[in-house]
Amino acid sequence: MQTMPDSHPPAVEARDLVKTFGALRAVDGIDLDVPRGTIFGILGPNGAGKTTLLRMLATLLKPDAGSARVMGHDLVSASHEVRKSIAMTGQFASLDEDLTGRENLMLLAKLWGFRGRARARADQLLEVFELADAARRQVKDYSGGMRRKLDIAASLIVTPSILFLDEPTTGLDPNARKSVWRMIRALTGEGVTILLTTQYLEEADQLAARIAVIDHGRKIAEGTSRELKAATGSGFLHVTLTDPARIAAAAQLLEQTLGGEAQRNAEGAVLSIKANSPHEANAALATLAAAGISIEGFSMAAPSLDEVFFALTGHGAESTPATGEPK
Amino acid sequence: MKSEANIAVIQVERPAEPGALSNALAFGWRAVLKFKHVPEQLFDLVMTPLMFTLLFTFVFGGALAGSTDSYVQFFVPGILVQTVVFNSVYSGMGLSTDLGKGLFDRFRSLPIWSLAPFAGLMVGDVLRHLIASLIILSIGMLLGYRPGAGFAGVLAALALLIVIGFGVGWVFLVLGLVMRTPNTVMTMAFTGIMPLVFASNIMVDPGTMPGWLRAFVDVNPVSLMTTAMRGLMNGGVTGTELGLALLAPALLTALLAPVTLWLYRRR
Repeated sequence: MQTMPDSHPPAVEARDLVKTFGALRAVDGIDLDVPRGTIFGILGPNGAGKTTLLRMLATLLKPDAGSARVMGHDLVSASHEVRKSIAMTGQFASLDEDLTGRENLMLLAKLWGFRGRARARADQLLEVFELADAARRQVKDYSGGMRRKLDIAASLIVTPSILFLDEPTTGLDPNARKSVWRMIRALTGEGVTILLTTQYLEEADQLAARIAVIDHGRKIAEGTSRELKAATGSGFLHVTLTDPARIAAAAQLLEQTLGGEAQRNAEGAVLSIKANSPHEANAALATLAAAGISIEGFSMAAPSLDEVFFALTGHGAESTPATGEPK
Repeated sequence: MKSEANIAVIQVERPAEPGALSNALAFGWRAVLKFKHVPEQLFDLVMTPLMFTLLFTFVFGGALAGSTDSYVQFFVPGILVQTVVFNSVYSGMGLSTDLGKGLFDRFRSLPIWSLAPFAGLMVGDVLRHLIASLIILSIGMLLGYRPGAGFAGVLAALALLIVIGFGVGWVFLVLGLVMRTPNTVMTMAFTGIMPLVFASNIMVDPGTMPGWLRAFVDVNPVSLMTTAMRGLMNGGVTGTELGLALLAPALLTALLAPVTLWLYRRR
């Protein structure tokens, strides 16, 4: 790796990062290049190694092998410098439940050196995050959405050069999710690089300029949302058969017309297959009708994470068993 | 998030990087806030030693020392040692709780003195030990305890208690870092503490114990601490007694402080 000082190194430059927990290779040799000022998405199912990767980049876990530079600083030998330029909002709120919202932010503001201005800084953030009314309430009485907002506010006491967000919208209702998305976009407008993990293709699609797809600790694909979809097909046709017994015949017909492989959903009577246009899908449905296979319904949809995974790996995005990652 | 424009408002110039002491004080402030928000922890801290004091004084006192008055005189310095040793467990449980909730992930990803969170735990400990000891001492005095060495003796005894709590606290911080849940920390801790506290000279004079047990009681660090506490509070403490009482806290700090730091940094 280049060790010469560089005036504009990438936000993250990781080479062959490895982290093992016992026999499990949670992160199994990942390279990552995150350009400055962009939103970069890490997409993968539960247990794929996303959190472990993020925790390494946030200096919370030491890599077992490989190396990485964050904003040009080596993760291991210059961890203090790395910490000055990052902030991390984990999957589980890292807040003190016993303290009030304001006190949580004040504690962090004091730790960043705001001293006498800590309270003013806390109140400013509470205002922007619409938590001013809850400033004096203990965090244990906050709702999930409020906690997430406070947790993100806690990462913005000083504006980080790079913000790590581990599944920022998991468990949030649709409104709270949209509001977190808006905030993430606004932060990039301010020059903050964002590296986020998600299980939702839609989220990566909506936010991220580039997406890395992770499975079993390895990067299996990387590209823009458009590039990934090109690999997957722009849309999927889902067909529900009236008679589950005809599924094999139907699958064969669809595969002949549309190319690619039909995926049988667990329920038994539903087939999913890549379709490049509604026109193609229409033609495929016509062949089913011609063969006397009646259908109960059909739909066209953008590919789900599962379908992207199926296209990339040949297996679904099933969660791998609990990894025993330390919290 | 009100609007995207407001995000710009939250940008600020970075303050100068604070020093280690400033970091430690911030965590100390957190420990004080915990007392404000969770005052019921004092109840936990005081109830056990209070029950012990009342039970032993009134139920066993007369039989053990001839009268409840003379038993209280014997018992109070020892129950203070027990109080502090029991309460040291709280730090380990608190640490385990914080680690489990991911709170320390935030702290560890900040550019701060990496030991500052421990300094905060220590501040909480000192406060806990002081408050609990003062309450138990007051109750002891209501029951008739009179410190023969006067106010100065009591002050010196409180100082010794804080040193004892500091030294013993490392054991439970290590447990807090190693065990997965606060409850395991508590169970493990009390399994170890119970024999040390009961097979000591806190409650009874070991003179009537079988020889093999006395051999243990005489070298039990809890007994050594209790002897020094009696000397300090009732008068007549010797330098040797003080030295022996400080031996275990000093050894534990020398051995376990590095282990604690290593475990914490390794996580």
